[in-house]
Amino acid sequence: MKIDEKNLVTYSRIGSRATFGLVILELTKKNKNIIAISADTSTSAGLDRLKKQFPNNFLDVGISEQNLIGVAAGLASEGFDVFTTTFAPFQTMRCCEQIRVNLGYMKHKVCMVGLASGLVLGTLGFTHCCIEDLSIMRSIPNITVLSPADCLETAKATIASIEHKNPIYIRLTGGSNQPMVYKKDYNFEIGKGIVLKDGDDIAIFATGTMVHESIEASNILQTKGVSAKIINMHTIKPFDNELVEKISKKVKLIITVEEHSIIGGLGSCVAEAKSKIKNSAPHIAIGLPQQFGKSEIYRDMLKSHNLTAPQIAQRILDELNNV
Amino acid sequence: MTIELENKIKKMATNMRKNILDMSLEAGAQSSHFGGGLSIVDITATLYGAIMKYDPKNPGWEDRDRFILSKGHGVLGYYTALSEIGLISKKELLTFEKSKSFLLGHPVMNLKKGIEFTNGSLGMGLSVGVGIAIAAKKKSKNHKIFILIGDGECNEGSIWEAAMSAPHFNLDNIVAILDKNNFQQTGSNIEILDTASLSKKWLSFGWEVIEVDGHNILELIKALSTKNPKNKPKIIIANTIKGKGFSFAENSNEWHHKILTKSQYDKAIEELHSNK
Repeated sequence: MKIDEKNLVTYSRIGSRATFGLVILELTKKNKNIIAISADTSTSAGLDRLKKQFPNNFLDVGISEQNLIGVAAGLASEGFDVFTTTFAPFQTMRCCEQIRVNLGYMKHKVCMVGLASGLVLGTLGFTHCCIEDLSIMRSIPNITVLSPADCLETAKATIASIEHKNPIYIRLTGGSNQPMVYKKDYNFEIGKGIVLKDGDDIAIFATGTMVHESIEASNILQTKGVSAKIINMHTIKPFDNELVEKISKKVKLIITVEEHSIIGGLGSCVAEAKSKIKNSAPHIAIGLPQQFGKSEIYRDMLKSHNLTAPQIAQRILDELNNV
Repeated sequence: MTIELENKIKKMATNMRKNILDMSLEAGAQSSHFGGGLSIVDITATLYGAIMKYDPKNPGWEDRDRFILSKGHGVLGYYTALSEIGLISKKELLTFEKSKSFLLGHPVMNLKKGIEFTNGSLGMGLSVGVGIAIAAKKKSKNHKIFILIGDGECNEGSIWEAAMSAPHFNLDNIVAILDKNNFQQTGSNIEILDTASLSKKWLSFGWEVIEVDGHNILELIKALSTKNPKNKPKIIIANTIKGKGFSFAENSNEWHHKILTKSQYDKAIEELHSNK
């Protein structure tokens, strides 16, 4: 697949969901072993072109997520490269036990893609927002969990999933016109966090859309004399504990930022890693509270939950006063 | 030929029932799903003795017929059938539900022993079968997919998701068998959740439905070997008796999951010999 400036701009404009569909279409041109299965969500997953051009590599099981996972497992057991897609709550929770038995227990290699996770569907209410998927998916043995920072990383994660031996959950966050974290190709390896920006005072571990917000927050912090290291934790499981260990002794504060519940996601992963480290810096977990809050348009939703760059920067400054 | 085949299956089923008694006695306090294992014995004996294509020397043979025990608690009727075809030894059968045994109370995937899939949580096997059937069509393979489900299992909504999809995908390589023993864990179907008119339900979902006596080997052979109508999945509603073969267990739901005592074992062995 060609990764050039033009493609990156297109990806960013169309957003992570449509990027996923585009990548699957490109991959299928060369790999006829791919089958993408939708649960009546082909348009939302950007799969309409695949459906039209390669009908043999597309399947729709209708609005039946339990069947979606079972059918996917059956196809995977016969050697197909299977992707399943629907909105994140239905992809992870409606069929949670099917995932546990068919993919976790039996290790059938399926790549599940949770569309529009986090708060992007805010105005549709919390039936459609998804703030628990990382937590739930990572607790199931044998499931790899990815949370791409932007559209290019969505493409990289999708490509990497084909060669990966375990079943995978890819969590897609953000909408269209998604900010670019990466402006050129880079090395993506499942399980390895990426230091995007060096800094000496604090370390911000972020995932999904919050990687970009954290970079912006670090620019604000810079003007206040705080130098922040930014780490993109695109893999939630297996978690890069080594990187946390390496960094946690060198800074005076660790911050995690995620568009996910503070229970069970990135913040919990870092806290678990830190619990094994002597003399680690204190840790502030920024994320979503335990509530189904008000529903608003996405940007307002992020603001209401203090997840915009200026709010993240301010929270960090406040916390630094207490260290 | 038919009589020979029938006798062969009957002999297999008798051996299987004897092995089930030995396994249940040996399992002791671990207890076993006795009733629902016995109701499927004649079905699995027929499948492995007369219907399915497989190679015991090569359990992963690509063109083998696939079997999924969706009602995973029916393992007694599954492991004993795999023993009849030489994939599980008698010695191994007697490790049933012991620590470190590969023969658990629900099947755990172990292809070299003939166990194709992990089951135990009800309502999942039919969907997996649909996926395998689609894969076979895509690869232009002729093998069939046999999925054994229970009537209690039909309480699960996921069964009906799969039931709706198999005719939609024209899967005439699927043969489901419904073990209709009229009981589930804590009572009869009628008491717990009435699954009346199952035949009509499957028919209305677009399946070819054949109803048989699930303990009549000839009826089973005929129903299982009849070709599916073009583009249609087939389901055989097998009317069975929970605990079939032993008077104290037949239609007695306390035998859903129960310890077999030595005196019950002795009585059962006696009945097995007199029924031969």
